[in-house]
Amino acid sequence: MSSYSVFILSAYLVVLVVLGGLTIASLSARNKVRRELSARGLDRKR
Amino acid sequence: MADLHFLANPARFRRFSQRVMPSLGFATVLAFAVGLYLALLQSPPDYQQGETVRIMFVHVPSAWLSMGGYALLAVLGASLLVWRHPLAALMARAAAPVGACFALVCLATGSLWGRPMWGTYWVWDARLTSMLLLFFLYLGHIALSRAYDDPDRGDRAAAILALVGVINLPIIKFSVDWWNTLHQPASITRLEGPAIHPTILIPLLWMAGSFLLLFILLVLVRTETEIDRRRLEIAEQSA
Repeated sequence: MSSYSVFILSAYLVVLVVLGGLTIASLSARNKVRRELSARGLDRKR
Repeated sequence: MADLHFLANPARFRRFSQRVMPSLGFATVLAFAVGLYLALLQSPPDYQQGETVRIMFVHVPSAWLSMGGYALLAVLGASLLVWRHPLAALMARAAAPVGACFALVCLATGSLWGRPMWGTYWVWDARLTSMLLLFFLYLGHIALSRAYDDPDRGDRAAAILALVGVINLPIIKFSVDWWNTLHQPASITRLEGPAIHPTILIPLLWMAGSFLLLFILLVLVRTETEIDRRRLEIAEQSA
């Protein structure tokens, strides 16, 4: 890697943090809503 | 087109997304593994920009997806306002934060690419400013859709913003042709064909495909969540 590697690695780290964070947040929100539906007996076989 | 109308029903959409999501998730992970190998290890440094060209493999796909995501919001907004598709509002609520995150990635990686190439993290040129405006349009859409006690009113207000804001997309695309900008002109989507060597173009297109898979996956997951959340709200109101 060159002397610019700090910029390259930072760019990939931004991608990991933002898109990885969004993926984790989206999956956990889906699981939370599913649990609430299940607790209210609103989940159904699909 | 008949298939798209079939999916406009939230329950059918939910069944469809649950069927495709496992294979889509697997394909996304696999595509990113290959894409990162191509982008970081296999592709050569650029003859002018050296190793910093590797930032392009995440910067350009995120720019494309943030613009494509906003075009999707406009289509969904029109579907909501004109045809009142029940799924359009829920999918727009799901897609807006995804598009905003891709716009943020585009701005941040562009800034990190600009520092070594231009000597500055930011300049108020037409391309960068219109891209920043796109990010703010996404934030406005998210805020508007959640600003009312009645979610239908919020969805309609956000749909109008999506339709008005779509004028920014051609401005972003052609800003480098219409004005003198520090940002380089188009080098891929040109009438004369791409100006990039295949050893760099192929990893770029592969990464763009990986980003597209992730975008679709996130929109599906979040739309499913919005459908379930709306069911919970209806159940709470009727209790």
